[in-house]
Parts: sequence; structure tokens; C-alpha cells
Amino acid sequence: MIRFALQGLLARKLRTALTAIGIVLGVSLISGTYVLTDSISSAFDSIFSQNYKNTDAAITGKSAFDLSDDGTQQAPPFQADLLQKVRDLPEVGAAGGAVNGEAQLIGKDGKAIVFGGAPNLGFSVDPSLPQFNSLTLVKGGWPGAGEVVIDTKTAAEKGFQAGDTIGVQARGAVRPMRVSGLVSFGAVSSIGGATLAGFDLGTAQRLFDKTGKLDQILISAKKGVDRPQLLAAVQKVLPPATQVRSAEDQAAEDAAGTSEFLSFLQTFLLVFGGIALFVGSFVIANSLSITIAQRTREFATLRTLGAARKQILGTVVLEALVTGIVSAVAGLFLGLAIATGLFKLFDAIGFTLPNNGLVFRTRTVVVALIVGVVVTVLASLRPAMRATRVPPIAAVREGAALPPGRFHKYRSAGAVAVAVVGIGTILAGLFVDGLATRTLLILLGLGVLLLFVGIAAFSARLVRPMAAVSDPVARWSVVVLTAIAWPFILLPLWLIRRLFGRPAEFPGVLPDGPAVTLGGQNSRRDPRRTASTAAALMIGLALVTLVATLGAGIIKPFEDAVDKISSSDYALTAQNNFSPLPPTVAAAAAKIPSVTELTSVRAGQARAFDKTISVTAIDETAPKLLRFDWRSGSQASLSELAANGAIVDSGYADEHSLVLGSTFQLQTVTGKLLQLTVRGIFKPPAGGSPFGNVTISTGTFDSTTTQPQNIYSFLNIEGGVTPANTATLNAALASFPNAKAVTIEQFKDNQTDGIKSLLNVLYVLLALSVLVSLFGIVNTLVLTVFERTRELGMLRAIGLTRGQVKRMIRQESVMTALIGAVIGIVLGLVLASLLAARLDEISFTVPVGQLVAFAVVSVVVGIVAAIWPARRAAKLDPLEALQYE
Amino acid sequence: MEGTDSVVHAKGVVRVYGEGDTAVRALHGVDVEIESGQLTAVMGPSGSGKSTLMHILAGLDRPTSGSVTIDGIEITTLGDDALTKLRRQHIGFIFQFFNLLPMLSARDNILLPLTIAGEKADPEFFDTLVERVGLADRLAHRPAELSGGQQQRVAIARALVSRPTVVFADEPTGNLDSRTSGEILDLMRSSVETYGQTTVMVTHDAKAAAMADRVLYLADGEIVKETGRSSQHEILQIIDTLDLQ
Repeated sequence: MIRFALQGLLARKLRTALTAIGIVLGVSLISGTYVLTDSISSAFDSIFSQNYKNTDAAITGKSAFDLSDDGTQQAPPFQADLLQKVRDLPEVGAAGGAVNGEAQLIGKDGKAIVFGGAPNLGFSVDPSLPQFNSLTLVKGGWPGAGEVVIDTKTAAEKGFQAGDTIGVQARGAVRPMRVSGLVSFGAVSSIGGATLAGFDLGTAQRLFDKTGKLDQILISAKKGVDRPQLLAAVQKVLPPATQVRSAEDQAAEDAAGTSEFLSFLQTFLLVFGGIALFVGSFVIANSLSITIAQRTREFATLRTLGAARKQILGTVVLEALVTGIVSAVAGLFLGLAIATGLFKLFDAIGFTLPNNGLVFRTRTVVVALIVGVVVTVLASLRPAMRATRVPPIAAVREGAALPPGRFHKYRSAGAVAVAVVGIGTILAGLFVDGLATRTLLILLGLGVLLLFVGIAAFSARLVRPMAAVSDPVARWSVVVLTAIAWPFILLPLWLIRRLFGRPAEFPGVLPDGPAVTLGGQNSRRDPRRTASTAAALMIGLALVTLVATLGAGIIKPFEDAVDKISSSDYALTAQNNFSPLPPTVAAAAAKIPSVTELTSVRAGQARAFDKTISVTAIDETAPKLLRFDWRSGSQASLSELAANGAIVDSGYADEHSLVLGSTFQLQTVTGKLLQLTVRGIFKPPAGGSPFGNVTISTGTFDSTTTQPQNIYSFLNIEGGVTPANTATLNAALASFPNAKAVTIEQFKDNQTDGIKSLLNVLYVLLALSVLVSLFGIVNTLVLTVFERTRELGMLRAIGLTRGQVKRMIRQESVMTALIGAVIGIVLGLVLASLLAARLDEISFTVPVGQLVAFAVVSVVVGIVAAIWPARRAAKLDPLEALQYE
Repeated sequence: MEGTDSVVHAKGVVRVYGEGDTAVRALHGVDVEIESGQLTAVMGPSGSGKSTLMHILAGLDRPTSGSVTIDGIEITTLGDDALTKLRRQHIGFIFQFFNLLPMLSARDNILLPLTIAGEKADPEFFDTLVERVGLADRLAHRPAELSGGQQQRVAIARALVSRPTVVFADEPTGNLDSRTSGEILDLMRSSVETYGQTTVMVTHDAKAAAMADRVLYLADGEIVKETGRSSQHEILQIIDTLDLQ
């Protein structure tokens, strides 16, 4: 039986290969994900271990509480005299002090150099202590006072060489500096698009506003001193607000943010691999069902020869097993290409990931193989069970049909039940309070999965009514698309064929009535087959619709929120739209005489009620430019903040039972305790609040925070938005290349850019699933052409031209795609409305334009999927086709 | 054109399958004319080349050499599309295995050649045709709901509906029991008499050949004998003497 199964596979190579594509793509995304995240994490590991290669211990400043890494705040620096105390310790061999901060390099065009959203790292380098220096000098020399070394990548891409002058900006205005040399970071070619700028210690301290201070001291132990001894000795000389860690702990601490991010990225990408596999499993199940129906006589013959049902089952499952193994191996290696593609994809949206060569681990191989094989075998079980029901008599009777299974009559009811359980699970996940995020996501995923399976099984019932509608829609959308493609593709192709003397039908645009009618009838003739084929596309379209609808549901309320909050003409932001800016930027703009009002929102973190929260601070101009939706208090409350007043958002107030006049304690990063009184409670807008849970006065904020930063500044100017005003503002900001003035409309667009990029990444990842379903349609059509060979022969004999055969198959393909698309879009909208009902941040907004685009894409998928099967069908020789068994 | 009343001419038709050592000569230079308004039967044992001859006459296969004209048009040099359109206008087919489309009703199956050509049926002709083949009350049924005989009646009506120049029938009774075969043959005979429908029937059934106005006997790729209207007995005798069994 084993040999029989293998020979069967070989005899149907093409069909097997088509069937396997879904699994290949799904597995490749999974293996690609692992390769990608392993490569990133190995690159990061080498960065972090490089940092501390000769270090035994590290002293850093200590904030009053753990900060989250949002770029608004850094641990406070400490006095530089600690370095000498540490050096004086008998246990210490060597110690070096360093400062770091954000240092923006300015390109030759006067614009800040940014590679996507990557940071601009600035730090001090000390060539006299090479053991603590993780930079390698590639060209030139180490920086002296007022000089800078930059990384080779920035130098190459922006055309800088050692000896050139480059603009550098940290806390103050831009300073021109001589590039003394080019460096690379250990062996790592790129650390994720970050720019590097190294200075001598004094220059760095001045640039970062840390004169007389240090951010870090790296220590190596004297020979014979072990680590615990060293740490204990250093501990004794530490002033408050500093801490010492072993090199390993410090590296792990530095890496904590990235490992969290990597594990998120991994899960995120694996989900899409899973979706592609899920769609692939539909394609496998469907293709196997069709081939098994076609092999009825073969199975019946085996049964007459004495094969037991179990052996038939074994043959089919074994075929699936072999297919699974072969496609999983193919997918595994395709994963390497996918990983490279993903690096490029993230790069393209300005999210450069560190890459130090692809890492291919054993875990990747094991997981990819197991998942691919298991999914294929599971998908084969139902068709295999069907094969066992072939009666021996079918061997001798023409057109004997498979007897229906025992549970056939419960099929529709069962499908509905599965879908209902799916919806129930989704609702439970969304509306039961107090679920852990993990549980919630698992419930949602499981619910959506069940819903898809249920709808797919039920949709056979929907095919006939839907075909009635999709038939004319398919017909005319193909006409429209053909008309559009006619001058660009069809006519040139025809001309080329004619030039080469190949007879070709002149391309027409209007629908070919008879051929299209036949195609439409073909799509109704086996509703289950059409439904299963469409189901694969349905899943992809449902998810794409969900993403688009949620995206629209986030962007729209955000724009409304900006409209509600700010009535200003312009906003000042960083070039990348989200980095905080030093207050000097707003101060420069405020100096323009025509600027009537300007207010800035500071942002940072603080600790209250035992949790780290985001805090914002506003100044006395705020009431003129910012509007709050007050629950208690009024615009006047904004000017009453003084030293100890605070306004809080309504959610935070409810959580901690705060009312007007309540007092609470807030600990700032520097450790200072503030006793705050609630002066106002506001309702944050649905689209996300630009304010933290707690908002205090700028004065209080600045006196308790090291190096305060603005996240937004808003301003009004005489004459409002005019090109001249825009030019005036930008001229005032000329010395801050990282800052820009944008109109409030541009501000809204820029702030939603991130969401839009994320949506694009999601579309690309979901496109893979749509691609799998496209192959599913190709597969079904090819199998159908095999099956209907004799019929095609007859049609050709009685006068159907080759062109008509193609158009007939195309109509069937487009209709199948449209049915899948419509069910998918409806399902996606239902899912989005459920999520929107639960999440305040999202309002249910139907992105009509995008949905129409998805429907058009589906028609194109249908047209493309039909190309190859239609060619095969048209090539059939009518005579041979008529004699085909 | 030689005979004023012949619609299909074949001259020196040779058909070789394969090349070199494995080449098989299915037809060795056959000359044949199909008379208009007659039922012509082509008889011969399996492998005699009778199916090949029919396929070539019907424009489904191309001869290796020789010429075939239908209604004065040389078909051996036509391109695929031209040939397909010629089949629409001039040729009807009746197959051994009926070859109906399962998703279409009997009515739609009958009308299929006209539908494909984008033409409308003459309602009067359609009604009398359906009446004649005895399907008036079966038009809404799908093939799966019809008996073998009824399916072949649908196929005959389909071949006749476009009033083609010539109908080719390939073992039309090969897949039917003897009583049903008789009915089908009567129907084909009457279509020749009522409509003057030129028909060519390939068969190895003497009873079927006995319905024909003219019988051609094929052996080893050549026409070895030709007779006019003959009885079943006479035909069997000829087959016997020619050793065609």
C-alpha cells in the first residue's frame, strides 16, 4: 500500500505540487519568522555583550522607579567625582566614565539625518581606556575636544568623510564639528538604523547638558579580585540615586526592552504564519476532496481487489504525510528568503532592524517541519474518510456517486452550531470583565477560527443564491477591468503575437455571452466545491477587512480628537513626528513677533498609587489653545494648577476614587514627592488622549525633572495658516534641524502615519494568505479541467472556440473569488463591529473606498487564478478530450 | 465539384499516427463523397480506421495528407478558430456517451450549439423537433433525471437544432440496450426523411447500418466495398465474405 500511495503521488505530481503550495507558504512564514527574530536577537546580543566585553561591573544613575522606554526620560546622571572614588578603591583595576544622550547629526542638506524611527545615539568615547570602548575605529582618529566620530553607515549614505564638518545637535542649537574619524560598532554592520556620534568626555558633557556629571561608570576588577568582592566594595562608595550591577546584569537590563519587543514581534509574525497555514489547510482539504472524487473508480477497484477500508484510509493519509514533509522542507528553506524579505519590508516602512547575518536554529527546523506535516495530515482526514466510503461496485458502474456520510444531514446545522460557538467565544473574550490579555487573545483567536470553519462549512448553502448576484457582477467587472487593461496589456500582446505570426483572436472587451453563461452555470454545479474554494479567499478578505475597518476606526476618532482639543494654527514636532523636543525649540518659535499664542505639552513619567504612569505638564497659555471636555472643573482650572494642582483623566479618577479637591502623592523621576490636589477631571477623547493620566503645571514639572522635554507645541500666528507664516516658522527653527512646524492638518496626518504604516505591514502579511487562496482557486480549476475533459471536448466539437473556453473558465474563477470576497468582507465587518463595540478607542467606521478596492483585488485574483487553468483547457485537443476516460 | 448533391468530399486522405518505426497508418488514401440528404453508414471492425475517417470528415482531426471540403470549403487548411466556427454552422455531433452537460436542463442542452454561436432558436422548429424526439414533457429535467435513451434523444435534438449541413454520429447506439437502440435509429432515419438531414453514422452494428441509404465498408484504412440500402442479413453476409469480423 505504501508503494501504491507513493506511485499515486508521482503520477499526480502537478496536482500534488499545487495542493502543497498553501503549506509551503505557511511554513515558510513560520520559519521566516524564526530566522528573522533569531537573527535580530543574535545581533542585539552581540551589541550588548560587546558593550561590556571587558567590564566586570557598571554604575548607573538610578531613577526613583523603573522607567518604561518611551524616550521621554532617562535615569538622572550623577556627580562625576564618583569616578575618582571608584578608581581609588583597591579592588578596582580600571574605571571609565561616560555620558550619553540623543545627538542628532545634520546632513549636508541641513536636514536632520534619520533612518526611519531609529534613535540617534550620542555618547562619550575614551580612547585611553580601550578595554571599555566598544567602537572600532575604521578611518581617521578618535575625537578631540569639539570633534566627533560617526558610524560608517551614516557616513557612506550621507556622503561624509573624516575631516569633513558635520552639524551636531543635542540639547542646544546645532554646532558644526569636525569629523575626526569613522567608527563601526564592534562587528555589527548596522544596529537598526541608529546613527552613532562619539565625542570626548568634556564635549559630550557640554552637549548633553551634563557638565560635571556622568551617566555610567564601567569598572574592571584588579587581578585576583572576584566579582562579588568588587561589587561589595563599589557598593560602599555609592552615593544615593546610583546603583552598581555586574556586567551581565547590566547587559540583560539593557536588553530587556529589546527581548520584550522581539518576543512580541515573534508572536505577531507567527500569527500570520498560522493564518496562512490555516488557509492552506482549506486548500489541501479541498484539493484532496476533489482528487478523491475523481479517483472513485481507482479506490473501488482496490476495494474489489480486497483492500480494506483501513488500507484506503492509510493510502490517502500517507499521501498527505509525504506531501506534508516535502512541502514543509520546501517551506523551511523558502523561510530564509521570507526573512530577508521581512527585513526589507520593515526597512521600507522606516523600521530598520539590526541584521548581522541570518541565524538558522534547530528549533526553526523542528517547529516548521512538525507544524507543516501535522496541518497537512489533519486536513487530509476528512477527505480520507470519504475515500473509505467508496463502494466496490463503483469500479464497474459509470458515474457511481459517493454515498453520503452518516452525519451528512446534520452538516448545515453543525456548521451553524460551530459558527455560533465561535461568535459566543469571541463575545466571551470581549465582554467578560477581568480576563488576562493572554486569555482574551486566545479566546478571540479560537472564536474567529471556529467562526471561519463554521461559515466555510455552511457557505455551500449560500453559493447558489450568491451566484445569481455575482454572475452579472463578475461579468461586468471583468468587462471594466478588460477595458482598462486593453490599451496597456491586451492590445500590445495581440500585436506581439501577430508579429510572430501566431494566429490570435483580436481582444474584445464586451462579454462573450455564451461562454460566460456556461462559466456561471459551472460555478453553481458543485456548490460545496465552489464554497470550499471560496472559503480560502474568504478568510484572507475577512482579516484584511477587519484590519482596514479597525484602522479607519482608529484614525478617524484621532483626527476628531485633535479637532476637539486644539484650535491652533500650527504644531511643532520632531522630524519623525513623535520624538520629544527640548524646550529651546518652542522658545525659538515664541520669539517670532507675529506668534500670538504658543503652548507646549511636556511629557514624562512618574509614580503614583504604586504604578508608573505617564504625566504631562502644561503652561499658563494652555487655556487659550487647548480645550478639555470637563467632567468637573473648567478651563479656568488650567490656570489654577500652580505648584501643587493637577488635572486627571476621568478613567484614572474613577480607578482611584479621585474627586475635585482630593489629594494624592506623586513621585517624580528624581525621587521628589509631590502632594497634589485635583483641580479638574476631564474626559479623554475617544481617539486617544494627548495627555497623561495626570497633568501638572510646567513649573512644577521642570523643577522636579532632569532635562524636561516637550511632546507637542501648538501655536497661533497672525494671519493663520499661510505659506509665508510657514516659512517664517521654519526659518525660526533653522537651528533645530530635528524640529519642524506643521499645520494642524498636517499634524493630524503625520500623527496617523504610524498607524498607516502598521496597516500596510498587516496588509503585506495578509497578502500571503490571499496568495495561498489564489493558488487554491488555481488548483480547483485545474482539477476541474481534468475532471471535465470529455465535456470540454464535446463543447469544442460543437463550436466553442479556444477563446470562449478561456472566458468560460475565467467567469467561474471570478465568481468563486467574488463569493469568497463578499462573505469575507461581511464577516470582517461583523468582527470589526464587535471589537469596536468593546473598545472605546475605536469607533466603527466602514472604509467604503478600501472595501471596494478589496473587491476589485478579488476580481483580479479570480482573473489571475484562471489564466493558467484556462490555457490548459483551451489547449486540449477536442478529439483526445472526447476519448479521455 | 463533381456531384451536385454531395456536401462532403474527401480525396486521398492519409492519416499516420506517430513517426518513424512506430508510425501507424490509420488511413491509406481514402476517397469518399457524402451525398446530401442521405444517411451514410460507415462500417468496419475496431482498428479499421472508421472513427479516424469520421473525425477527419468532421474537422476534429487533420489528415496527414489529402483534402476534405465541407459545403465547398477546404477544411484541412483552416486555423482552429475558423474550423470551430465552421463546425458551429455546418456540423452536428451525436456521441456514444451522449456528452450532455450535467448542470443544464434538457432544453438548455438542446439549445447549446445555438447558445454558443450566439443565435436564437426558431421557436416553431424547436417545438416540432422536441415533439419529434419525444421530449416535450422532459425539457426541464437535468441529464441525471433522464434515462439513457432519453439522454441520447436530447443529444440528437442538440445535433439537429442548428440544422447543420451534416450530422456525424459516432456509435450512437453503442451504449444503449437493443429496444432503445431501435427507437434511436428510427429517430435518426426519420430526421433524414423529414428534414433531408445529411447524416454520417459510424457503427459496427449491422442493424444500425441497415437503416442507411448507403453503407461504406472499411478495412485496414481503406474503403473495401460500398453498397446501397441493404438488409441486416445482406450486410452481415458482406462482412462475412470480406472477413471483416
